[in-house]
This record gives sequence, C-alpha cells and structure tokens, in this order.
Amino acid sequence: MSKSFGGVRALDNASFAAAAGEVHALVGENGAGKSTLIKLLGGRLLPDTGTIRLKGNEVRLTGPEQAHARGAWTVFQELMLFAGMTVAENLLLGREPRGPLGVISHRRMGRAAEALLAEMGITHIDPLALVEDISLAQRQIVEIVRALSHEPDILFLDEPTSSLVEREVSWLFERVRALRDQGACVIFTSHRWNEVRSIADRITVFRNGRDVGTFTELDESEAVTLMTGQRLDTLFPARPPEPAAAPVLQVQDLSGPRVDRVGLALRPGEILGIGGLAGQGHRELFLLLFGADRPSGGRITIDGHAARIHSPRDAKRRIHGLAFVPEDRKTEGLLLGMSVRDNLTLSILDRISRAGVLRLGQERRQAQDMMQRLSVRAAGVSSPVGALSGGNQQKVLLGRWLMAEPRILLFYDVTRGVDVATKHEVYQLMVRLAQEGRAILFYSSDAEELAELSHRVLVMREGRIAAELIAPGITAEQIVSAAVHERIAA
Amino acid sequence: MSASLPDRSRRPRWAHLLAQNIGLELSVFLLVACVLGYCGAFYAQQQRFPGGFEVTSTVNNTMPLVLAGMAQTLVVLTRGIDLSVGGVIDLTNATAAITLGDSPGSMVLWSGVVLLIGAACGLVNGLLVGLGRLQPILVTLATLSIYQGVAIRVLPQPGGQVPEVYTAVLANTSGPWSLLYVVALGVLWTGFRRTRLGVAVFAIGNDPQAAQANGIAARRVVILAYVLGGVLSAAAGLFLAASATAGDATTGNGFTLTSIVAVVLGGVSLFGGRGSAVGAIMGAFVINMIVNILFFAHIDPLYQAFYEGMFLVVAVLAANGIGRLARVRR
Repeated sequence: MSKSFGGVRALDNASFAAAAGEVHALVGENGAGKSTLIKLLGGRLLPDTGTIRLKGNEVRLTGPEQAHARGAWTVFQELMLFAGMTVAENLLLGREPRGPLGVISHRRMGRAAEALLAEMGITHIDPLALVEDISLAQRQIVEIVRALSHEPDILFLDEPTSSLVEREVSWLFERVRALRDQGACVIFTSHRWNEVRSIADRITVFRNGRDVGTFTELDESEAVTLMTGQRLDTLFPARPPEPAAAPVLQVQDLSGPRVDRVGLALRPGEILGIGGLAGQGHRELFLLLFGADRPSGGRITIDGHAARIHSPRDAKRRIHGLAFVPEDRKTEGLLLGMSVRDNLTLSILDRISRAGVLRLGQERRQAQDMMQRLSVRAAGVSSPVGALSGGNQQKVLLGRWLMAEPRILLFYDVTRGVDVATKHEVYQLMVRLAQEGRAILFYSSDAEELAELSHRVLVMREGRIAAELIAPGITAEQIVSAAVHERIAA
Repeated sequence: MSASLPDRSRRPRWAHLLAQNIGLELSVFLLVACVLGYCGAFYAQQQRFPGGFEVTSTVNNTMPLVLAGMAQTLVVLTRGIDLSVGGVIDLTNATAAITLGDSPGSMVLWSGVVLLIGAACGLVNGLLVGLGRLQPILVTLATLSIYQGVAIRVLPQPGGQVPEVYTAVLANTSGPWSLLYVVALGVLWTGFRRTRLGVAVFAIGNDPQAAQANGIAARRVVILAYVLGGVLSAAAGLFLAASATAGDATTGNGFTLTSIVAVVLGGVSLFGGRGSAVGAIMGAFVINMIVNILFFAHIDPLYQAFYEGMFLVVAVLAANGIGRLARVRR
C-alpha cells in the first residue's frame, strides 16, 4: 500500500500480513509509516494504491464503521474520546442502553459501563466521571476497554502503552494474550523494545514507509539496525567526564506537594539521573525547581546564593539560568502552527529585539544555527513545526531552551515516545551539553537510559530520595529494585 | 496471574451530576437572583409583588427568545454559531403575517409551511457548513442578510394579520399558559439529549475527529443541527407574530445577538460540546428579567443598551468566577 500527504510519501509500497491467533508488532522510527498504516487499516484514510484484505476478502474501508462491521477495531495513537462526556457515554457510544421510552437511560448506561469495566478487571475508573477529569493513563485504558468490548477479531493498537505504567501495561498484555488465545489477531506498535519482545509472536520492521521484513526472532541491536538502516554500535554514547567539584545547584530539605524533604547537589558537567516509579514526586520536584509550584519548605541554592525562584520566569533569568524540557511536546509548549524559527526564538525574544522590534536577520541566523546544531530535519526555518516528525519536534523544543544558554537543564522524560535514532541524538546532545559544563538533572521513565548516561542516579519513592547509585556500575535492575523495594540489592 | 489495578471509591451519581453541570447550576442561580431583583424593583415601584398578569406577560415576552436560544444552543453545541437566527425569525414572521387564514385548517397548514421555511433556511446553512466546509460565522452572517432581504420582500411594511384564535393558542394573555410550552421544550430537550442524534451532536462538539473515527456521520449530524435550529427559529417567528397579532420583517433582528447571550448565560460553551438548552431557556429569562429591572429602575431607554451590556459583563464575569472556584475546589 502507498499513501502520500502533500509531497511526503508516508507509506511506499508497504506490505505486511498478520494471521489469526497471533500478536504482531510493528516497529520502526517515528515517521516510518506505522501510524499511517494503522489509520488505513482502521478506515480513517484511504490508500492511494494497494489493497487491504481482511479475513481473506479484499475490502475498501471508506470509514471506520466499515472496519468495525468486519470485526476490526482500532485504538489510535491520538485518543478518540470525548473529553466533555462521561466514561460510560464514551464506552457505550452507539449502543447505549435504552429506557422504556426508547430514550437512552443514563442509569442503565452507568451500570452497564461499570459491569464492562469490571469484566476487564478495571475497578479504579469511575464510569460516571467525565473523561477530562480522569488521567491520561485512565483515558488510554478506557479507549482500550472500548475496543476490547466489541470482541474484535482484529485489534489494532497504536502506541497503547506510551502513557501507561508497568502495572497497567501488564494488565493490557494479559488482555491481549487472552484475546489472542481466543483466535483473534492483535497488531500493535510500541517504541519500548522490552514490550515488543515480551508480547509479540512476530515483528514487522518498517523504515521510511516500507516494510523491511517480518521476523519471529529479533534482538534489539538487529532491530535498531533494520529500523535505522545503519548500525548503531551503541545506542548510548560514553558518559561525559567527571564533573567539577563545586555544585552549581544545591537543594536542601525541599518540600512541596508530593515532595518530601529532598536534598541534592548538582555539579557543572554532571548528569544527575532521577529515577523511580511513576507518581513518586519527580514531576512535582521538577516543577518546584523551575518555580512552577510553590515549595512549602527547604532551600534552593544556585552558585552558593539562595535562589529566589517564584515563577518559571524567575527560573529562566540569567542569574539562575534554568531550563525545563518537558515530556509532552504537543501540550507543553510547542506552537504547532508556527514556524521552526518562531518556536526556537520564543524564549529569547528580548535578546533579539531592539525597542520591542524583532531583528529578523538575527532571529533567522540564530534559528539556523540551532537547527544545524541539533540536526533538525525540516525544509527550512520557516516550515511549520506541525509538519515535522515527532522526533524533530522534540528537538525543536530542546533547541528553544538551549537558545537561552541555560546552565542548569531539567530534562523531564524527554525521550518518551521518541524513536531510537532520535533518542540517540538526544543522548549525544546531553553528553555534549555536559561537556560544555552545563549541569543536567534528568528524569526518565526508562531505567536503562538513567543507568547508561548518569554520573549518579537518585531514586525517588513517595516524594523522598530513597537511594543514591553511583556510576560506574549502575544497572537498570538496580534502579528498578531501588524504586520498588525498601532496600536495594547492592 | 492477574494484574490488579487499585480500587477507588465511587462518588454517587448525584454528586457527579452536581459537579458536571456547574454551568447549568450557575444559570439557575443567576435566574433566581434576577427574579428576586425584579420583585424588589417591582415592589419599590408598585408597593406590591408581581402577580399573574406580570408572570403571563413575562413568559409570553420571553417565549421567542427561549426558542431562539434553543436554536442557537443546537448549533453552538456542534462548535458552530448561527448568526442567521434573526433573519430566519424575520422571514418566518413576515410569512406568517401574510399567510395565516381564519380557518383552523389554514392556520395549521401555514404554520407547518412556515416551520418548513425555517427548516429550509437551516438546511442552506447546514449544507454550506457541513458539505461546503465553510466557517459557520461566515456562512450565517451571509445568510442573515439574505433572509432579512427576502423577509423585506415578503412584507415591505409592518402589517399583515394574525387571527385572534392563533394568538389565543400561542400567546394567551389570560394566564401563564405559555409556561406549558416552556416546560414541554425542556422535556423535549432532555429527551433529545438521550437520542442517538443528541449524543452525536455532543460528540461532534467535543471532538469532530474522534466523532468521525467512532463512525458518527458528522456532516449529516451538523446539517441536522442547523435544520432543527431553523425550525426552532421559525417557531420563534410564529410566536412573535401571534403575540404582536401582525408581522414585521425586522422584528427578529435583535435575536441574533440575544440568542447568543442566552446561550452564554445558560452555561453552554461557545467552544461546543458542553451545555444544555435548558440553560439557554433560563438564560433567556435572565435577559428578560434584566430588561424589566432596568424598566422599573427608570433607566432612560436611550441608555438601556448600555446598562444591559454592563449587566451582562458582570453576570458572565460572576458566573465564570464561581465556576472557576468550583473547579479548583474539586
């Protein structure tokens, strides 16, 4: 099948087949065509050329309902839920239980949704809550439950685990296995190799809109080679040299919402990892440091002086020199409709303007420099950010913060949902930044990243620093066990 | 092996409804406040409280705006806006005034025709928005002028005639019978919200892409919303004709904006997908109450628009503030 958008060929004569009773993983970098393929199979797009066969019959899917009628249901990457409606309404859309007058009975709908969720082993989501009031992970679960509840013969899951924590992932996989054992075909995409390995019966690799092969056995380095077309000898670059002795950022007894008396010292040139299970106060710690939340106690010292940071604006001031790079590039800060240049220079408008008027030449030069430095792949500085692939968007977001030449960088799970090649570039960039003498505080939900890149890793549990691991010799297993157990296996 | 996810206690249904309908609750609050203010102003002037006559005239006066507000709600819920509401009222009002005959058959027949004209007007809007993929504000601004122009053509001078019986049925002045219509409209809305079409309207307003991906025929639903809106506007035109016992091709002009105000005061989100026409009904009454209060406060009619505007800003600000507080506390 082929599909082009404008001049971009998203899918280029790609083919693949999945059988009943198997779990089939599609892997590839961002922009390799997986999501496009799933949209075609889910009936949201029509292919330019090529055919789809479901259960042996050639089909033309002009709408999702046609896929549904053939037992094929899809959980799209961007969730298809209605934020202002209740979980029950979302779950039962189009098959709402009716009351005696033929109108929808909300009472019965609530009960039916409750039963549906319980049947799938979900009891922590209130069917009467509005979707906008539940967490992202819960929304993802609702979307999955909705698809599962139709008892699909074919189930497409596009990045279903990106917002789920481990426990929720194992819930999903249990469901997927049960479905497979009933003879259904499950096709899913993920950037997490561990997940692919643990659940997939077969794996099809995509690169640049083409399929490069289907495998039953594939190890990670082979997969990376296939996905990127080049050998990545090591995904992780060498750790930067030992940092200077005197800390640039010191935190003592810092407390706030979900943060309990945290102390840490960050030195110039250091990559300090923060690990732990989701929801243990990392995010809150980062927000406190960046002035987005108000601490209830404790001290933050920068360069030996007490820092007065009451807002992100304060944090960004040159005397503090902080920068915060968040995880979710769509909701946290990228203006998708505006150009790469506008997005890059947003944080330094005061520096490139005179009397409030932008100096366009300088703006352009600086934006171009940064694009080169980060090797952002875009037609030019004036192409809209929304037209870039996810990995390149992430780089633009990074670039914006680097524009201000910060000394202390707060990296919050920046590689989540990013493809391998881009991850590699982000790692290299981090190491380079550390070599330049910048201090990096680095939270990641991927323990391996932390283990490979950090000089030290602080593991948080219930808002406190529960363990400190020092390189060399940190392993992902150590981080995970420190996050889970009271004592770490030294 | 079962991966168990933590349990959480449920809030009862009423608590959810209370928390999820803040906009509606605020409009009730606003209405009560306005009614009290009106009673106070009335008492200060007349040394007595408003009685049956005042209730009747209030309800009859508000009925057209109630209908126009519901028309607007339907369209706004789909993320649209209908500026042609006033034009449709003009046209249907003018048509009613020159066609309604004295026989019951003629009245029923021509009322039906007028409602169909409203539906046709809505269909034009809906086709241009739904199939033509044009901005609703642009489309309905254009059709507003068109419908107004046709209305003037139909009835160049105010006039025509509406049979007494017709007035007695729709806008009876002997008692607040129109309250029955208001209640009926509220019940009708509640039922509509619980039909597949009603759900689809909300779904589209929440997320048009998701609606499509869930197999909702989005275009058809949007078109239907405009058509139903047109029918409701036409009903407002009929009501105006009945209470004025004549027609006027400019009588609806004010309704474009006041219907939007009613929608906002009723807690319907202009971004679509949230709110209830019951709120818009209350919003219509709030507007009417404000006009009445200004009347009793002896505001110079020249300044009436100014004070109405001030009232609205204050009301919407207050509603927003309370709404935000309620959200924060949740």
